[in-house]
Amino acid sequence: MGEIRTETMTVNMGPQHPSTHGVLRLVLELDGEVIQSVMPTIGYLHTGIEKTAEQKKWQQVVPLVERMDYLAAQSNSLAYVLCVEKLLGLDMPQRVKDIRVLLAELQRLASHLIWLGTHAMEIGAVSMLFYAVRERELLMNINELIAGFRFFPSYFRVGGLREDLPRGFHEAVTAFLDRFPTKLDEFEGLLTKNDIFRRRTEGVGTISLEDAYSWGLVGPIARAAGSDYDVRKYFPYTGYEAYDFKVPTATEGDVYARYRVRIAEMRESVKICRQAIPRITPAGPWACDDTRVVPPPKDKVYTEMEALIQHFLIYSQGFTVPAGDAYVPVEGPRGEHGCYVVSDGSNRPWRVKMRAPSFLAIQALPAIVRGGLIADVVAVIGSNDVVMGDCDR
Amino acid sequence: MAEHDHGIDPELPFLTTKFEWLVQWARRSAIWPAQFGLACCAIEMMAMAASRYDIARFGAEVFRGSPRQSDLMIVAGRLSRKMAPAMRRVYDQMPDPKWVISMGACASVGGVFDNYAIVQGVDQVVPVDVFVPGCPPRPESLIYGIVQLQQKIERSRA
Amino acid sequence: MDAPAIIDILHGLVPGASLVSGQSVDFATIYVPAATLVETATALRDDPRLRFNVLVEVTAADYLPRDPRFEVVYHLLSIPNRLRLRMKVRVTTEGSVPTVQGVWRGAGWLEREVWDMFGIVFAGHNDLRRLLMPEDWDGHPARKDYPVQIHKATQTYEPLEVSEAEFRANIERDRVKRAH
Repeated sequence: MGEIRTETMTVNMGPQHPSTHGVLRLVLELDGEVIQSVMPTIGYLHTGIEKTAEQKKWQQVVPLVERMDYLAAQSNSLAYVLCVEKLLGLDMPQRVKDIRVLLAELQRLASHLIWLGTHAMEIGAVSMLFYAVRERELLMNINELIAGFRFFPSYFRVGGLREDLPRGFHEAVTAFLDRFPTKLDEFEGLLTKNDIFRRRTEGVGTISLEDAYSWGLVGPIARAAGSDYDVRKYFPYTGYEAYDFKVPTATEGDVYARYRVRIAEMRESVKICRQAIPRITPAGPWACDDTRVVPPPKDKVYTEMEALIQHFLIYSQGFTVPAGDAYVPVEGPRGEHGCYVVSDGSNRPWRVKMRAPSFLAIQALPAIVRGGLIADVVAVIGSNDVVMGDCDR
Repeated sequence: MAEHDHGIDPELPFLTTKFEWLVQWARRSAIWPAQFGLACCAIEMMAMAASRYDIARFGAEVFRGSPRQSDLMIVAGRLSRKMAPAMRRVYDQMPDPKWVISMGACASVGGVFDNYAIVQGVDQVVPVDVFVPGCPPRPESLIYGIVQLQQKIERSRA
Repeated sequence: MDAPAIIDILHGLVPGASLVSGQSVDFATIYVPAATLVETATALRDDPRLRFNVLVEVTAADYLPRDPRFEVVYHLLSIPNRLRLRMKVRVTTEGSVPTVQGVWRGAGWLEREVWDMFGIVFAGHNDLRRLLMPEDWDGHPARKDYPVQIHKATQTYEPLEVSEAEFRANIERDRVKRAH
């Protein structure tokens, strides 16, 4: 019997693959089933949104930016809108800030529901997808109520919101908040103490806190490793300092810890929403008073001359933003979403750059899964909650 | 010729047309899509497959992971230039008869993104049967698109 | 802590660095020359008064008619001290910037993306190749003189990565030779 030649096997996962959360290509080098190295290739969803945004006017960039991280659409647009408002020096009425907080937390719930459904489905609990998407349909109904569009409402605008809240908004949100915690208990009952789920997720994909910071990960991934950094607490924006909520953390840093952290975040989001609802009056100001940026109401446009001129200027050439640059971080469902905007004083942005937490999560992937099994790769990608639209922009 | 012959050649003998009708009925009633979700439209496709807009009642019971076991490719999302060869490969791996639905504005014409990175319409890469507009299209629109595809299969030769 | 205070601390730690504070509406901004970038970054990460342990973002902006043309922007975050900082490095089209991969590991792909989009070379980077665009793409898309819309035929088939001779040689090498 001669010598047996051993070599590692190279397997290609993707870009079209059921478990890679989008178009991500992983070239795995395997020794048996143990992973020696992973080389991720991204860019299969690169859309050039940042370059396209340089051709649009300031307000027109909002729908483009929403389509970057398509699961946390309103957190993208919140980051962009806050950044432009910082450059303009605008201050929002309290009601606008409370509505923004409420919608941002509802968006966090929607994103975490998809995370839960797809993560559990890839680990094997296929029915979780159907349960989670069912709850998300109620949130889509709320989006449709305020803006007519399920997915990318483009409801946050520079200067405030697009229009006032419709009738029935408070009842719809309160009905959802009454129903959701019991559903979340049911979902936890399916997974949290489930032996199979725990054996597939405990001890898998561990990352330490220093490693997480060194790779630039500061969202739920770092919070599951012991960090207490949350942009809403450290650098509060849009009125979050007036809300009472905790930031859930864990210490193990593995997939199971990230799962627990996100479930706890969902409960905290429900708490914040419950505090926000009574602070929002059913009718009231939905934008700031700055007439350069906010279009006047339609009845004034039809009757008054100044309002007509203002409407025409805003919709034909747009408003101009003073020159300079600004970066505003926002706590998105995946971590710190931030928007860096450079203005040259004209009515178009000079540069728009979104900080993408999924980009850094995929960069850290080879370090996290080395020494694990192929099935662990699927679990880790799911727990890192990567969205390729966010990663490739 | 007074009545519409549904594209079926009236010169064919009676039993062959009936058999063709049966084959096309079987094909259109159990179209199994391959998973080809690229971007945001993929989430709406998932919502369509979920319990509220259940696509299983239209025959698309499972989304197959492998293109070799599926008949329909729903291109859901924006196709970038880097992804185009991979998509062509997936299409080539599907066995005949196969159909393609281009879901969403980005897949149909490039959508909002008229720039260097996005292919302006996937029909530059694969032949498309049904275009479903929207950004993203509501699940009901996509179901309508699938029903149109079923009617197209009914009208065509086996 | 605002920009002049940070610059004072850094002047003590990094000799020879000529740092200038920049204008900003949100948090401290400093301009760093490319030659002393790595020492400045290490000092920012390690000094206990600063402790910028997270590199949040590396990006660039192209101010085309102006010379130097590019500005590479680093956003830093200090979690223990609750501080944010923006470092800017001005660089020309032919110039290069040293890599900060040794200071923060997350800089690897961030700098690769800046190279891919803008063409700014990061000296010392271990893997400077295309990230978002296809590997054989020509040009750097985010530059101001690159068009937004291009007319290019879609490439639908990837070229084979091995030649036919190599393919046949591989098969021959891997064939199991039995002695019958």
